[in-house]
Amino acid sequence: MIFVEARSETHWYHEWVAVFVALSLTVVTASILLAAMGLEPISSLQRIFIKPLNSVYGVSELIAKATPLITIGVALALGFRAGVWNIGAEGQLVMGGLCGGAVALAFWGIDGFWVMPLVLLGGSLGGLLWGAIPAFLKVRFNANEILVSLMLTYVAILLLSVMVHGPLRDPDGFNFPESRLLHEAATLPKLFSAGRGHLGFIFAIFFALLGTWIVKRWHLGFEMRVTGLSLSAARFAGYSRDRTVWMALLIGGGVSGFAGVVEVTGNIGQLVPNISPSYGFTAIIVAFLGRLHPMAVIPAGLLVALSYLAGEAAQLSLGIPAASTQVFQGLLLFFLLGTSLLVNYRVRFGRAT
Amino acid sequence: MTDSVKNRERFSASSKQCLGARGLTKYFGDFAANSAVDLSVDEGEIHALLGENGAGKSTLVKMIYGILKPDFGDMDLNSEPYLPDSPSDAKRVGVGMVFQHFAVFNALTVLENIALGLEGRFPGAELAAEITELCERYRLHVELDRRVNDLGAGERQRVEIIRVLMQDPRLLILDEPTSVLTPQETEQLFTTLGRLSDEGRSIIYISHKLDEVRVLCDRATLMRAGKIIDVVDPRQESTRSLGEKMIGERLKETKRGKVKKSSNAKARLTVRVGDVYPESSSNVVLSDLYLTVAPGSILGISGVSGNGQDLLFDVLSGEISLPNPDSIMLDDAPIGHMGVEQRRIRGLLGAPENRLGHAAIPDLTLWENIILTARHTRGILKNKHLISGPAAKGFADEVIQTFDVRTSSVNAKASSLSGGNLQKFLIGRELLGRPKVFIVSNPTWGVDAKAQLFIHKMLIQMADAGASIILISQDIDELLSVTDRVCAICHGRLSRTFPTEEITPDYLGALMLGQDIES
Repeated sequence: MIFVEARSETHWYHEWVAVFVALSLTVVTASILLAAMGLEPISSLQRIFIKPLNSVYGVSELIAKATPLITIGVALALGFRAGVWNIGAEGQLVMGGLCGGAVALAFWGIDGFWVMPLVLLGGSLGGLLWGAIPAFLKVRFNANEILVSLMLTYVAILLLSVMVHGPLRDPDGFNFPESRLLHEAATLPKLFSAGRGHLGFIFAIFFALLGTWIVKRWHLGFEMRVTGLSLSAARFAGYSRDRTVWMALLIGGGVSGFAGVVEVTGNIGQLVPNISPSYGFTAIIVAFLGRLHPMAVIPAGLLVALSYLAGEAAQLSLGIPAASTQVFQGLLLFFLLGTSLLVNYRVRFGRAT
Repeated sequence: MTDSVKNRERFSASSKQCLGARGLTKYFGDFAANSAVDLSVDEGEIHALLGENGAGKSTLVKMIYGILKPDFGDMDLNSEPYLPDSPSDAKRVGVGMVFQHFAVFNALTVLENIALGLEGRFPGAELAAEITELCERYRLHVELDRRVNDLGAGERQRVEIIRVLMQDPRLLILDEPTSVLTPQETEQLFTTLGRLSDEGRSIIYISHKLDEVRVLCDRATLMRAGKIIDVVDPRQESTRSLGEKMIGERLKETKRGKVKKSSNAKARLTVRVGDVYPESSSNVVLSDLYLTVAPGSILGISGVSGNGQDLLFDVLSGEISLPNPDSIMLDDAPIGHMGVEQRRIRGLLGAPENRLGHAAIPDLTLWENIILTARHTRGILKNKHLISGPAAKGFADEVIQTFDVRTSSVNAKASSLSGGNLQKFLIGRELLGRPKVFIVSNPTWGVDAKAQLFIHKMLIQMADAGASIILISQDIDELLSVTDRVCAICHGRLSRTFPTEEITPDYLGALMLGQDIES
């Protein structure tokens, strides 16, 4: 007989054991799938998961992909803890990229140390504004923030498209729907000699630290957590639900907007109709993969970024379809969530005691 | 109590055994919740299960009802081996259970709730007729088409009892059934139970109320720390001797001493409110609220659950603030318009009935739960915005020491404490803040006798130190032994207030049912 029973005590290392077991199971299952396709599993896995990280270029690419995931993941983790379901980080990212990009274009050609901060501020405010809309509607009319924030994503994407097809289009760009290339003063420096890893990653780490501080030390962070855990206890404590809704969506919007402008100024270098391969949605997975702990969002973001690289490597070097990215992600999530059961429960073999 | 109950003399040594359990043992991890427990219940017997919280009563009945599986030991039911895998197994062979925390669906009607408990029954006219007939037989009154959401706790309990009785059980388990009932309702319940027992059905009756057990039950099994301590005939015991056996030490009486006549003392808190409407339209409306409490006095508000107590608590604590500041005066200062936090800063503290989810958050540690209401004391909030972990832990530790809270540390989750210990912690959290006015709702609900005494003692001590206390409770014994003045709430209206020493339980019961309130 197999028994699953609640642990009377949980230890910090249980989470790590669970992650290790999940990774092992993912590798084993991926090997079986690869073998079924007639590929040699060990060397194939090595080519998919290890080789992309075997160079400065690879690490740099990993960091470039992980940057927006971690930045947004931290902000979403804070909101989800508060029970505010901001599903529209993608739209807030796009608005941040659009507004920050517009500021950069307004100062195009002008040098000065103040240009970059102003661009980042513009982007953050754009995202903040986009997050404020669902917050206002929720507080004022009790409108569901999931629907409002999700639908606003598509509005943001279309707005970006209108702008780069119209007012922000490069006057010398042969009518391509692209803005001018941003100038030096409005571009974030690269971190490495190769690849696209840029200063935004340092910001992402900073946000994770800030998020940890908010959760552990800041009273407003505690208030948000309490509101998320129990509305009636929050009311008894004198905490306001409305304040929590505002905080969660403004943090989510502002930080996602920041991630957007960082993506535009650090990675893409201009405004194009499509500035994000759904980073804002993938960050939801990243936040939960990190169990809503801001610091744990960092490895979660790196892991998900790796699965993107692995998918590309699988296409290029093994000739297997692009959908393999999703298969790897799916396996990983499946096992991570499955083994998370082991954190709070233990499995016992044998007969009843 | 009614004569019909007192005169029951059916239990005799020759009765046939209904349920026999031998050596039941259940571990949770390394903790033995039950070790080698024997229990024997005869046909037609009302058998009490007595013990403090955490003594293992719930574990024992959960094994009998098939929710838990014993690790060792065996049972038989009507001379057949009995080991249920699930509650549906238990139901099939005629074992039914009424839980302390009602497992009803709030959004459904009474009839639908009952139909859900019966496999393959449709909530139509046929079932309704059957239920009505059963209700008449056992004198259980409920309206079948009302939504459970709109019912008080007493009525919800009747829904549960009907649901179980519809399955025609041979053995009925009741977990603290009278904790939400008025004396009149309790008597009705006892009449119902007496009738069930006359029909040869056996009843396992879990209760903290030793008086009731002495009147109602034929035998009592006493449990302590997962073991059987004794099996006694409760009618041969005094309330005190039962209590002492149960707790394992000698009890001291708590009784509010004669207070100096403070009728001419100036009121500390005056509440004068017109009508207060609840957020959801289905709840009771408070109307024409008027009450005063003097410093150093305890005002009791009795009432059957669901008569506006929750709303009253919210209005007093500030969870619902009122448009008119003058409607609540604290030491001559208007506070009616203030929210919870501002009132708390001015010395009005509270402890709501619902401990987990309202007064405390189960998933947070004890020291984090301190922050909820005590953050304005002892430097727990630095610069208004920063949480000082050490200060909160220090305060939590002080509460644990002062109020004898049994727990591993301040880092234990609130959900890991037993009901009595958590309540001591939550009341201690407020009392250490030296309240001017303390509002407390059903502080001893589901709390064992020892913790109950302790909590009563603390309330009296606080009053003696000059605090004004409002005690909202369904427990008449508690109100009569602790308060100075007492009134009742019924359908959102308060009755006149009486000095406690001048009122009888029966009269208070009548007030709870709304009699005399108009006059």
